[in-house]
This record gives sequence, C-alpha cells and structure tokens, in this order.
Amino acid sequence: MFDNPFDARTVFRSGCNCGRHTSQSEHDQQMRAQEVSSSTDKQYENVVATAVLRAMFPQDASRRAFLKAVGAGTAAAAVAQFFPLATATEAFADTGPIEKPDLKVGFIPITCATPIIMASPMGFYEKHGLNVEVIKTAGWAVIRDKTLNKEYDAAHMLSPMPLAISMGIGSNPQPYAMPAVENINGQAITLAMKHKDRRDPKDWKGFKFGVPFDYSMHNYLLRYYLAEHGIDPDADVQIRAVPPPEMVANLRAENLDGFLGPDPMNQRAVYDGVGFIHILTKDIWDGHPCCAFAASKEFIDTMPNTYSALLKSIIDATAYAHEAGNRKEIAAAIAPANYLNQPEVVLEQILTGTFADGLGNIVQQPNRVDFDPFPYQSFAVWIMTQMKRWGQVEGDINYDEIAAQVFLATDTSKMMEELGMTPPKETNKTFVVMGKTFDPAEPEAYLDSFAIKKVN
Amino acid sequence: MTASLPLRAALLSALILALFLAAWHLATQSTGPVADMDPEYARLMGATATTGVSAMPGPLDVGEKLWEHLSDPFYDNGPNDKGLGIQLGFSIARVLLGYSLAVLVAIPLGFLIGMSPLVSRAVDPFVQILKPISPLAWMPLALYTIKDSNISAIFVIFICALWPMLINTAFGVSAVRKEWINVARTLEVGPIRRAYAVILPAAAPTILTGMRISIGIAWLVIVAAEMLVGGTGVGYFVWNEWNNLSITNVIIAILVIGVVGMLFDQILARLTRLVTFPE
Repeated sequence: MFDNPFDARTVFRSGCNCGRHTSQSEHDQQMRAQEVSSSTDKQYENVVATAVLRAMFPQDASRRAFLKAVGAGTAAAAVAQFFPLATATEAFADTGPIEKPDLKVGFIPITCATPIIMASPMGFYEKHGLNVEVIKTAGWAVIRDKTLNKEYDAAHMLSPMPLAISMGIGSNPQPYAMPAVENINGQAITLAMKHKDRRDPKDWKGFKFGVPFDYSMHNYLLRYYLAEHGIDPDADVQIRAVPPPEMVANLRAENLDGFLGPDPMNQRAVYDGVGFIHILTKDIWDGHPCCAFAASKEFIDTMPNTYSALLKSIIDATAYAHEAGNRKEIAAAIAPANYLNQPEVVLEQILTGTFADGLGNIVQQPNRVDFDPFPYQSFAVWIMTQMKRWGQVEGDINYDEIAAQVFLATDTSKMMEELGMTPPKETNKTFVVMGKTFDPAEPEAYLDSFAIKKVN
Repeated sequence: MTASLPLRAALLSALILALFLAAWHLATQSTGPVADMDPEYARLMGATATTGVSAMPGPLDVGEKLWEHLSDPFYDNGPNDKGLGIQLGFSIARVLLGYSLAVLVAIPLGFLIGMSPLVSRAVDPFVQILKPISPLAWMPLALYTIKDSNISAIFVIFICALWPMLINTAFGVSAVRKEWINVARTLEVGPIRRAYAVILPAAAPTILTGMRISIGIAWLVIVAAEMLVGGTGVGYFVWNEWNNLSITNVIIAILVIGVVGMLFDQILARLTRLVTFPE
C-alpha cells in the first residue's frame, strides 16, 4: 500500500498513460470524445466556409478560377480576414439555449441501439451541449412505460412501437414521434444446433420461435418469411415475445427452436455454441429499418432546442457508425458492462460483418448491419400493412397521415443538412421484400396480394 | 467420542459443503477440445464452443470472481455498471423503506382489527383476497398509476410485506388471554393504557413473528421487482449478468442475496427472543 513513490520501479496503479485520468478506460473514453469532436468541428467549418465562398462567388467557375490563381491557403486566409469564419462556425453550431441539458435516455442492450449508446462514451451528446445519461432497461414494455411516465426524456424503441403507441394499440394513445431510425438490417434468424439439417422453412411446422416484442420488425419479418414459404405463422408455428437477453438461454434450454432476434443475441448464440445463423434479415429485405429513436410529441413541442440538439447528436453518431472504418472502435466503446455487457469479439463480428455462422464457416457480409437515420415514411406504411395483415389493427388505416405524424422525415432532413450531410430528397421510397416490390401509394392492394394473412 | 452437539453439527455442515463443492467441481470439468476447428474460426468463438468448457462455471471460477467483487464492491462506472456493494445498498434501502411503511400501517391496523371482532369480520374477506396476490402482479398496475418505477418498486414491497404482519398482529391481539384483560378492566385501566401495557407485551412475540415473515417476503420480492424495473439494485445486477450469460456472476448474486436475507432474518429472530416471555 505504501510503496515508495520515489522508487523508479514503483508503478502507480489505477492510472492511465497520460496520468490525467483515474483509469485507462476513462482516458480512452475522453480521447475518443476529443477525436470525434475535433473531426466534426472541421465539418462545421467546411459547411460554413462553403456557404461563405458560395456567397462570394455565385458562379462556381469564378470560385475555382480564384482558388487556382491564389491557392487554397491564401484564399482561406483572405476570406478569414474580412469574414470571421471561426465566429460564424460557432454561431452555426449553437442552436440557441438548451431548455434542459440533463437528459435521461433509455435503451435496451442490443446492437441496434449503437448510436444512442455510443453517443455517450464517445462524446456526441457532450458535443451538442447535452449531458445525457443512457439507462439500460429490462424490456420493451418497461421502456414504453418509463417513457410514457416521463422518467425518460427519449428512448430507444422498435420502429413499430411509436406507431403502435400513437395509434393506441397495446397502450393508451399518446402522440409519439420517431425522428430517426437507428439501424438498418442487423437482425437474423438463429436456429438451435439440433436443426442444422433442417434448413428448409417448409420443415419448420411445430417450431417455437421467439421475437423480441409483438410490435417489432422482427415479428413482421419472421411472419413474412414464414408465410412466403407457405407456413402460416399463427397456425403452424408458435411465435412468442421473448426479451432479447432470455433468447440464448431459452435456445440452450430447448424452450425455443429458433428466434428472429436482434444482435448481439444471434452472434452470442453462435459464440456459445448454442445455435447457428440461418439467414440474415438483410437477405429478407435489404435495408429494412429496425430500431428507432423516439420521443413524445410533448417533449418535442415544449423543448424544441433540447430536442434538436439531441436529434443532432443521434444523427451525428449514426453517421459516424455508418463508416465501416469506425466500427471496431465502436465495438470497443460499447462492450463494457455499463453499456452492452458483451465480449468485444462478439460485437466486432456483428459490426464488421466478418463473422462465424455457427456451422464452421467465416462469412463476410460488410452490410450485415448498417446505420442510416432517415425515417422514410414508406417504412411506416409497410409496418402498418403488416399490423393489419396479422390482425393487430382492424378497419381502415389512414396510412399517409399517421406515417407523416410519426416518422418525422422533415426534421431529420433539416438536422442532416445542418450537420453538412445530404438527406434524401424523397420521404418515400419503394423497396423490395423477398422479391416483391412494395409501392407505398397502394398499401391495400399490397395487403390483398398475400395468400396467408389474418385479416377478415 | 463425546464431542458436543454443536461441534458435531458444524463438522457435518463442513462435510456436506465439501462434498457439494467437489461434486460441483467434477460436474463442470471441461470435456477437452471439440473436434478440429479452424483457428481463424475458433478465434471468433467462445470458450464453451471451442474448448468444451461447461457453460456452468466451477466453484473455483465463482470463488475467483467473488473475490474480485468483494475486493472492489463500491466502484461506479456510470449509471448501468456499479459495484455489488452499491447495488446491495440500493436494494436494502428500498426494502427497508417499503418495509417500514408496511410496519407503520400494519401494526396499528392489526391492533384495531384484533381488538374489535366486528372490524375483524368486516375486513377479513378483503385481506383474504389481497393476501395471495403475487408481488409481480402488482407491478404493471403500480407502474401505470404511480408513474415512477422507483416508487412502484417500494410500493410492491409495501403491499407484499403488509399482509403477514397485519394478520399476525390481529391474531396476536385477539389471542391475548381474557383473564389478563379482565384483570386490567377490574383495575379500571383505560383502553389506551390497556392496549399499551397489557395487550402489546402479550402480543409482541406473535407480532414479531409476522414481521420476520414479512422481511423475508420483502427481500424475496425486491430481487424480482428490480429485475423487472431495472436501473439499480441487486435484482438489476442479476438481470444484467444474465444478459451477458455470465452464470458465474448470477451464482455470486444468488449467494449474496441468500446471505443478506439470512442476516435480516437473524436480526428479527433476535428481536423476537428479546420480547418473548415465559408463561
């Protein structure tokens, strides 16, 4: 305990490389945060500088001629002389007084929540002037109740949840909004090892499947996949809601034959030798949304500046997570017990897309999971068609109106522009699910085209 | 050959423990490497899949991890990762709060019920219906109406700890020997003094037995409630480690929960002995 501090051989414990932090992990965290924030400061500078140059030279050709003539360095110095770029950048980054800087955001410990989680250790919230505590929560029903209770200011939800809450199915109706999607793809169907020779879904009659929640993309995608193979998900198999952490344990106990679950649970089942990955959801619908960042309308209306700072942090983090090169670093940041509490090697396989499939192969699928914040309204329309298809909603649905109210694509566009990104021009897009094109303008026709469904 | 009974009992306990640990150790031995695995692939897999280590940890793993927890029980790595000591602190605080509230309500109410046959009969059906409700069944209702998960957890402790105390207090009070009450009456002792000086001491052992049952229930409930609500506490710790499929930590939590529960029980057992009197 009382080592001689003047002895050269004495090593001070509980310190970091630079000696300014109490632990190495704290040191790493701060370094990461600094790195990220300096890179975005550059981004802002560029946005502002572009705007200034554009104002000075309305014609692009003359700007290029000017730059060629004097060189970029001189040009920047010249511009800076009569236009204080630094001040402008600051003014741009500043969104007005934040009403409530100390926020609580709930999350479920799965990789879908990566942007929400990583924004804390990697300093994205801090950068936008917020002090956010990210709180791990036990299940979807609890996260819903705690958000409705206002214990959380905003939360990680499954993208169908804000729709369900707003429509009042499975809870009291409360206007909810989803200004950003977290991840696209990134789920998989995992089966128990004993089924490794039964890869054809037609042989799956009598199987027991787990999905994380009734109102989840997982549920809809699994049902879609089964129905396309002629299995009626309500009659031929049993599908039940199992909280993600319990999925692997249930698979091991042979309580489940398989699950369409979020990562890290799929990879974790492989890691522990319990199951294998049958199919990635990206092979069912490439680019499907999964989890979302959601907040109540009330929060958005009463604290607009806080909301936009929070949304900016999330979009910023999502963009950072989108870059394949950053994925390893992110895996390291979110692995500790405070966040996902998983072995780093599992997260790395998920995020980098080079993974063991459980059958002895190493698979390379760089877009196994991807991060794209843009909440296309056609996603919402598709989700509502499936809610109706499986009897969760009855009667007529005003698809476009609900989609526009809940999936706040315009807010996302605005924030993306402010962050110097290019948002998509259209808020709707068509996409293909298992070879079938979905046209958001014709949801009812789409619904009618399915042979297996529950609607009367 | 004439060692005292306690000594022999202790020896037998130690023997049972040793046998149990040995059996546990043998049952969780690794089965040796599983088939041939491409090293590149093996790098991506966990120890269970590559080396045939049982998913169940052995006693040595648990001991090692337990030592780790005990040597640093109060670390705080942010809102979702705190030391076992801090988590226990949260749980104990919740239990004591909910339990104290239950004591404050159950004992006066129990007195009232026990002293009046009329109230006793009138309240009985409600108590009988509310008593067997599982604590967790209250949880969604509490979360929905109270709108605060922490207070909901305390409420669930309160509502579950209430009934054994209430019933035991009422029973203890109504079972006070009639002679004693009659003597008090002949001596013209007022009703308040009678309750305080005659009934309370006579019913105290039964009341404390009720309190002892209640603290046991409260400690049972807190773990389940915290697993459901999350955030802090030893129940959250179990859930968080389950999430990571770390059976080692789950076993440690089970051990710690058992020890704390035993301590609570022992404290109330001592108190019961203090107020028990020979007749």
